[in-house]
Order: sequence, then C-alpha cells, then structure tokens
Amino acid sequence: MPSATLILQSLASGVFIGSLYGLIGLGLGLGWGLLRVINLMHFGWAFLAAYITYELRSRSGVDPLLALVFLVPMFGLLGMGLQAITSRFAITPFSSLLTTFGLTAAVEALLQLIWSADFRRMSSVYEEHKIRLGTVVLNQAELITIALSFSLAAAVWWMLNRTDAGKAMRAAAEDAQIATAFGIDARRLSLRLAGVCSALAACAGVCIALTFTLAPSQIFSWVGVAFAAVMMGRLASAWSPLFAGIVIGLSEALTMALIAPTWAPLVAFTLLIVILILRPVRD
Amino acid sequence: MNKRPFLKALGGSALLVSPLARLQAQQNRPIRVGSSLSLTGPLAGTAVMHKIAAEIYIELMNKTGGWLGRPIDWVVKDDQSKPDLARTLYEQLITGEKVDLLMGPYATANTLSAMGVAQRNNKVLVSNSFGIPSLAKYDMHFPGYVMGFNPGETVPNTLLDALKAGGQDPKSVALVTSKFPSVVFLSVGAREVFKKRGLREALWLEWEFGNREFGPIAARLKEANADVVWIGSIGPESIQLLEAMAKIDYRPRVHFHLYPTPGPLAKSPLAAGALSVTTFEQHAPFTNRAAYAEAIRLYNERAAAANLPDTNFELQPANAYAGWEILGAGVKGSNSFDDRKIADWLKANRFDTIIGRLRFDGQNNYGDDLNRIRQLQNGKWVVVHPSDFALPGARLQA
Repeated sequence: MPSATLILQSLASGVFIGSLYGLIGLGLGLGWGLLRVINLMHFGWAFLAAYITYELRSRSGVDPLLALVFLVPMFGLLGMGLQAITSRFAITPFSSLLTTFGLTAAVEALLQLIWSADFRRMSSVYEEHKIRLGTVVLNQAELITIALSFSLAAAVWWMLNRTDAGKAMRAAAEDAQIATAFGIDARRLSLRLAGVCSALAACAGVCIALTFTLAPSQIFSWVGVAFAAVMMGRLASAWSPLFAGIVIGLSEALTMALIAPTWAPLVAFTLLIVILILRPVRD
Repeated sequence: MNKRPFLKALGGSALLVSPLARLQAQQNRPIRVGSSLSLTGPLAGTAVMHKIAAEIYIELMNKTGGWLGRPIDWVVKDDQSKPDLARTLYEQLITGEKVDLLMGPYATANTLSAMGVAQRNNKVLVSNSFGIPSLAKYDMHFPGYVMGFNPGETVPNTLLDALKAGGQDPKSVALVTSKFPSVVFLSVGAREVFKKRGLREALWLEWEFGNREFGPIAARLKEANADVVWIGSIGPESIQLLEAMAKIDYRPRVHFHLYPTPGPLAKSPLAAGALSVTTFEQHAPFTNRAAYAEAIRLYNERAAAANLPDTNFELQPANAYAGWEILGAGVKGSNSFDDRKIADWLKANRFDTIIGRLRFDGQNNYGDDLNRIRQLQNGKWVVVHPSDFALPGARLQA
C-alpha cells in the first residue's frame, strides 16, 4: 500500500510537470485557435530560449529569471517576424504544421551546431532551495514554474477578456471580414498575437532550463504532451491548457508512482483519447 | 655505339623496379581503421574517454612502427549516440572510405548496428562496450569489455560477494533500471540472482531510455527504503536519479550503478559511496605493469586538457585501449590484415592486455568475466572487491 507521502510527493511532481505542459500549451493553443497556425516552431522557440538561458547563466552568471527581461521582447520580435513571413503566403493550418516542422528541425540542427548534442545542465540557486511541507519536499525551481504558469495564464485571460486588443483578436479569429468592417486591423493584431505566443514559449524555455537537462534532440519529446494539453482543453483558451496539462502531469506522476514509469505515456494518451471521445462536440 | 641493349636493360629494370616500388609503397601505406563513436549525444560523456584512449594507443603504436610496419590511420565518425546513424556510418566506412579494418563504436545498441554491417561485409569487429553477449552471434565479433558470457549472473553475484566480504548482510533490494538494451538485460539477470540469494525485492521499476522525469521514481525508492538500491543506469541517468533523490532528501544506504558516466558521478557529492563495476582502475595492482605507465600518463594529461571531470584511467578508457590491443594482437599474431586470418588467430590464442589475460574460445567468443566491484571513496573510484585486485588497504565503506 503506497504511503500518503509517496502519493503527495507524486502529486506535487505531477502538478509541476503539468504546469510546464500547460505553459508550453498556452502559446501553442493561442496561435492555433486565433491565428489558425499549428506552430511546431513554438517548441523550437522554447528550446532556443532554454539554451540562451543556459548560456547566459553559465558564461555571465545571469539569473535565469532576470534573463526573461531580455528573452521576452527578443522572442516576441522573432515570433512577429516569422508571422510576417508566413502570413504573406496565406498558408492553411495543415501547411503551417509542415512548414513549422521544417523550421523546428532547422532549430534543432542549429542548437546541435552551437551546443552539440551533449546534455547540458544549468545550475542555479533555485535548484538548491527546498521547501518542506511535512514529509513532502518541494523544490524552488519547480515552484517558480508553477507560479509562472498560473500567472501567465491569468495574464492571458485578462488580455483576451478585458482588453480591447484581446477582444479584437477573438473577433478577428471568429470572422476576419466582419472584424475588418468594424475597423479591426487583423494583420497587425496577428503580428502582436504571434509575438505574445513566442514570448510565452520563451518563458516556458526558461522553466525548462531551470528544471531539466537540455539536449537538442529533446525538442520533439515535448510535442506529444503539449499537443495533448491543448487538445484536451479548448483552443485559444487561457486556462484550459494549464488545467489539461495538470491532469496529464498528475496522471503520469501517479502512474509512475503507483504502477510503473513505462506506463505513464500510455495512461496519459489513453486519457486524452477518452476525453476527446466523450467531450460534447461544439459548433 | 649501339644503344639498343642499353635501352632494353633500362626498360627491363624499370619493369622489375616498378612492382617493387609499388609493393614498398603499399607496405608503407597507413592501415586505415574505421569506427564511429558517440562524440555527441547522451553517450558522449563516456565515449570521449574511448576516443582519448584510442588516440593514445595509435600514437604509441605508430611510434614503434605501427602494425606490421604500417602506421595506423584511424577514421572516426560521430554517430551522435544513435544506433541507426552508426549503421549508416559503418556502411560508409566500408564502401565509401574503404577502410582496411573496423573497430567497434561505444555502447551496446550502436555496436549491434555496426555488427550487422561488419557481418555482411565479412569484417572483424572488436567491440569495447557490448553488454549482451547472447546477442553477439557474429563469429568475427570480439568483445573488448570482457564480461563473460553470462554477466546477468556473474555481476550481481560479484556485487553480493563484495557486500558480504565488506561485512554487510542486505536483506532487501530495490531494482530500478533503464530499458536501454544491455542495461535492462543485466538488471533482469540481477533480479533473479537477488531472489536466489534470499533478498526480498522491495521494488522493481523500469523507465524508457531518455526519460525526463525521475521525481516519482525517486519517491518510490524512498518509500521502498531497501538495504540495497540497484540502479540500472547508463550515461547521465545515475546523476539524474541521484539529483531527484536528493530533492526529496533521500539517500540510499547502498547504491550500485551499472554503466554510469563515471566522471560526473565521481565529482558529485550525491554519489559518495556509489558502487559500480570495473575492469581497471588507476591504482595498484592494475598499474603494476610498467608497459602501460606511458599510456596512463598520457591519458591523465589529455583527459585534463579535455576538461573531463575525472582524469583517471579507469574502466572505459581501459576497455577502449584493450579493444585496440585485441585488434593489434590479431594482426600481429596472424601476420596479416586479412579479417578471416585475424579472427582465426584471436579464437585460438590467449594474450595479455591492459585489463588482463584474454581468451575468446567460449560461447559467442566470450571468455572470463573480468568485472570487479569499485566504490567511490573521497571522490575517487577504487576497487574494493575481490581482495587481490583491491587498492591495498581499501575496504568497502558503509
């Protein structure tokens, strides 16, 4: 019989990893839902940001959270640049999947060229600090990831629901022609939104660098779970990917803790299939 | 003067000299040995040690005239720790680079890929880290990591013997293992041995090679709280799991690591007291043979220059060096670069290498298991069992 400590420790682990899935899925789902772009390059941005965070920390001792000040605008601009190029070709969602897959493979090759295929591990004070809640031990780097995921989901919710730009983005996604008739500049909005999505990818990258060992080949290992988080929730939603990510993270952690680590992906994806089958179809 | 006889003589001597010159040029031509190594990727931390050891062997051998008077030229390609790429590279080495001989890559999966190519082309393949002897069915494959035909039985038995000799009497064991082929094979064997020797199995877990999240595995190990933790690890997995255990304030009493990257483990305070296997460590009695002093000195220098965390000449460089010694012994013994003749000689003879006296007359060309138990003591790996190979004065530490 597993102890309460084991279950609680695994739950903590599941919430952490699930928050990270949700954070990655947040930008991916926004782009998919509002821009109609299935942007695999989102993972490329996240890993590029993770490696830059690692480099800044290793070479110059820059605090990973401080790196966000530099990375968020940088990746915002990169995302806008990519959107400016892709929007010129008016590609379909399926074409965007293929195009951005190619770009992500190019980013993987670039990472390998600069940092080699070797594992890289960033050391930081956040990794060493622990918080004890009874018999459960929590790591500060993991708590930062959870806090950042919830904060960014809240910020995105506020942007989409409480700002004119957010409402305009939703309107343009709903019906671009009508939105334009009401004076909404859909192209400018799409650039801004793409910038937001890439900036969110950069935030996820910092969290990956804080808590995981990096290797270029790992880019694609995150694709399945992040897509699952987006698909289990709702597209263009602020909270859905986060909650779906936590459900996946918890199911993985509990499977590892109570059954076997090798079963974890199977359980998570079975859950996805079941939810997709049972979920009511929306118009 | 009639010039005709002179010209005839000149032409005749040219005809005679030309093949001789060709033969001499052929004899001086370097002998090209091709291999891949995981110079990047998850196995790179260990493979770099193989590369340095191989370069030293070739350099020292070339100083004494190479093999049969021909200098050795090593063509090494990066397989990025990927077995599928290793297969392609070995095809390229044979068909494109047209190398004369082959040397194996690092790690079991890559070696298995290379073995298929070697077999198709009837080339001798000396491996230096192949971990599943039962799969090495190619009759011209020779293992440089000398672990006997049944390491799944011999290694865990040696571990338990070491613990017993060190005054420990474990009652329970938790086994966690990567599903990397050679690792899971040995862990499954260990599971049976532990059962036969009366240890209660507190936990058995497997993870996929490349697993990201070790937190729940660490939590289960803490929960199991076994006397011995068998960690079937390869590459960085040991350090990842130790970090995850440290996060939740768990430190196993006895922890054995199968094939970890030894350097980072040696430098990590989390790994103090870790047990593992080895065929060579840089201390007496292994270093008693003066013939290897120069190779060891050079390795220490170059490992430091390459910023390796551990510069000691240990299991990995020793196995790599032994691999090259095996191929060299085959060439010298058979007096030939012909793969079949080299293979026949290796099977029929015994000879000395840096890791000991080798034979390849057993099943699948395997001989004895030369694995000994080493422990990380004060940041340094030392052999603690069996006593005739232990560092003088060293004992298993609790």
